[in-house]
Amino acid sequence: MSVKKVNLSHIKPYGDQMDDGAVQLSFTLPVSNGPRAREAARQLVSSMGFSEVQIVFSEDLGDDFTFFVVYGRTEKFVDYDSIKALGVESPKMDMEQVDEYISTNVRRPVTIVGATIGTDAHTVGLDSILNMKGFHGDSGLERYKMFKVYNLGSQVAPTELAKKVRDVNADVVLVSQVVTQRNIHIKHLTELVDVLEAEGMRDKVLLIAGGPRITHELAVELGYDAGFGAGTMPSDVASYIASEMAKRTQ
Amino acid sequence: MNKKIPHLDLDENLVRRARELAKDVTDDVQRFIDAKSTTSVERTVARLYGIDGIDAEGVPLPNVVVDDVKNGGGIDRGIAYWIANGCVAKSMTPQELAEAIGRREFSLMDLPPQNEGIVAEKIDEMTRSAVKRIAEVREMRDRMLEELGDPPQPYLYVIVATGNIYEDVVQARAAVKEGADIVAVIRSTAQSLLDYVPYGATTEGYGGTYATQENFKIMRRALDEVQQEVGRYVRLTNYASGLCMPEISAMGALEGLDFLLNDSMYGILFRNINMIRTFVDQYTSRLISAYSHITINTGEDNYIKTSDPIDRAHTVTTSQLINEQFALKSYMKPKYMGIGHAFEIDPDVPNGFLYEIAHAMLTRELFPEATPKYMPPTRHMTGNIFKGYAMNTLYNLVSIMTGQSIQLLGMLTEAVHTPFLQDRYLAISNAKYVFNNAKNIGGEIVFKRDGFIQKRANEVLENAVKLLEHVKEVGLISAIEEGTFGDIARKRDEGKGGDGVFSKGEDYYNPILESMVDELRGERV
Ligand code: B12
Repeated sequence: MSVKKVNLSHIKPYGDQMDDGAVQLSFTLPVSNGPRAREAARQLVSSMGFSEVQIVFSEDLGDDFTFFVVYGRTEKFVDYDSIKALGVESPKMDMEQVDEYISTNVRRPVTIVGATIGTDAHTVGLDSILNMKGFHGDSGLERYKMFKVYNLGSQVAPTELAKKVRDVNADVVLVSQVVTQRNIHIKHLTELVDVLEAEGMRDKVLLIAGGPRITHELAVELGYDAGFGAGTMPSDVASYIASEMAKRTQ
Repeated sequence: MNKKIPHLDLDENLVRRARELAKDVTDDVQRFIDAKSTTSVERTVARLYGIDGIDAEGVPLPNVVVDDVKNGGGIDRGIAYWIANGCVAKSMTPQELAEAIGRREFSLMDLPPQNEGIVAEKIDEMTRSAVKRIAEVREMRDRMLEELGDPPQPYLYVIVATGNIYEDVVQARAAVKEGADIVAVIRSTAQSLLDYVPYGATTEGYGGTYATQENFKIMRRALDEVQQEVGRYVRLTNYASGLCMPEISAMGALEGLDFLLNDSMYGILFRNINMIRTFVDQYTSRLISAYSHITINTGEDNYIKTSDPIDRAHTVTTSQLINEQFALKSYMKPKYMGIGHAFEIDPDVPNGFLYEIAHAMLTRELFPEATPKYMPPTRHMTGNIFKGYAMNTLYNLVSIMTGQSIQLLGMLTEAVHTPFLQDRYLAISNAKYVFNNAKNIGGEIVFKRDGFIQKRANEVLENAVKLLEHVKEVGLISAIEEGTFGDIARKRDEGKGGDGVFSKGEDYYNPILESMVDELRGERV
């Protein structure tokens, strides 16, 4: 007996064998539990393109709501070979390599200003990129010899950030956004780009956004040079800054 | 405490020493507090005299009245006198008076001083009726609680945060049907920095909707209805923090809230609110809570979101002791003190579970008469909701084992979004499962002498005493300037709302607070 091999032009979810297309779902419908509710859930999931739909669990949440756990098989697939993901691409270096690379290729210290902008008060993410202590044993940018870091903290207005960028003649701007409810992060991030553009500063800086719901793709779409998401290490950001600054120096 | 819980051999002398130090530290600050008042304290008095609503520009009338007197230079006498004088001069009720000032018809400061005896009588009459109103609400809630029955501890506490009060009602009702004992309505991002309380029902906000008196009323009514359906008393929570701390306590007292998040230092540390403003405001705010039998929830869980939960565990203990002393100064009974702490240790730390037990036991034993408020894992929750669910199970286990009182249920989607309806249901099922399955576990456990848990709890206590000694030496205000709590440093003269603090004049008078203090003091004797 042979095992079916993956076909990269045709990949599907793997449950317990290749290409079974198994998917688990859970959701709530605003009706009370019973055969009719379960049938409604089944039909809904079928209409999403799933076959062999099984309602494995349903429970009344009271007040006309029912929670479902559902399994189904999808017939859909994607062609993995043709997929391109937009990501930050820079050779990964450690702290010493970054410092070394900057002294040879940029030949001066790089000035960085960081802030969490708008009404967002979350600082832990930005601090773990900037503070000496860093993140999970990876030192923060303040510890790098070739970085001069200004951490403005949270709830900073875009205009205030722009002013600091001008005052210290920053090369790099790091912005954090954690709260994403009702797309408030998009509003804040857009505001900052607008301010920088209005003041003729956008092209003079390397502009980077970060936060748990930020992707590189989103950041680029909003007019940033790069975006970093959940689990980012300070050295990821440092490596990117080093190679971009080197390119800009040439 | 009727529940059987395991016992820690804490060094009795250290416990006593810790309390004495915390008392000394807060005595020092209380001297400051007693000499000052704030615009929000005065607006609280205005509210309790029945002033509510907004003027044509949307400014709340309590602000209109207090600003009128402040701009006229008379605020150091306290707002009570000016309102009473105005009522007598114009033969108006406080509300009519406020509305007229809102229409810019006159200023309280321009009215001639009325006969002193008549004004004094007016003040007495207004004060009696204000205090009576609160007492009536309190008695009604106490009666309801007795009739419907107080659910067993740990209480299941959930939050609703849709940003729309009417949608919040839908989710709160469902949560109660699923078994929630306490519903907290999260308020909108940045409300704490507004120097007024928004007015009316609200259907917007980020991360929650506004704390307004009308929203309190809408949610209280909905819970009163559903608690009859489920046959158990349901508690309502909101936030008395930020620049309007005492006003929110007054609104909570009037609308029958049961819990208020209320910390003596949170605003300073996490919202950069002026220190003196916060200390003065928390005193009035807690007096009202103590008088109204509202349980306060302190915010120590926050320190270990920004600093390390093991290395800085003693800062939690230190702050708990400080919060307790401030609450006692407001004549609060221990059973209304929801002393805060949290399960926040990195899940990768070996024996993290043992540390959590030691820390939770320490809180339980240091505050045997209080109702500790235990907070769930948040900072190490990730998009792996399945692992998150497992972490919440351990959290629930620590709680039932160590006899916590208020269990803010962890959400498996903590790192993703504010809770979905089903997240709350899953959280409640997890807690019910663990609390039932391990119901009497506490009574079966004896901690090993010199074992990890005993040693760790004593170590944290020792470190807390050392820290309190330092805080006593430099003073609480300087300790905050040094970044003692949550690794956050704040300067004494900085922060928002400092302009609302003023020194009481020689003829300062706050009859509402005085009459509450008199009554509470009487009870204590
Ligand atoms: C700690 C915390 C708080 C603390 C913040 C303290 C502080 N000083 O930061 C306090 C208690 C104050 C808080 C308040 C609130 N919070 Co909060 N909070 C959290 C919590 C538990 C952890 C966040 C955290 O510290 N993560 C650890 C860090 C290291 O991770 P990170 O932020 O993702 O950062 C990493 C990457 O994203 C990246 N990164 C981040 N920034 C940047 C920037 C750059 C330039 C780069 C390159 C990389 C980068 O690198 C970091 C390291 O890898 C999360 C839940 C969770 N587990 O995520 C909720 C959470 C973020 N909070 C939330 C909410 C709603 C709030 C409030 C609005 C609640 C309220 N109504 O009051 C308030 C907001 C107040 C305000 N004005 O913003 C929601 C956000 C929901 C959403 N998606 O919109 C969450 C998800 C909780 C929830 N489920 O409701 N919160």
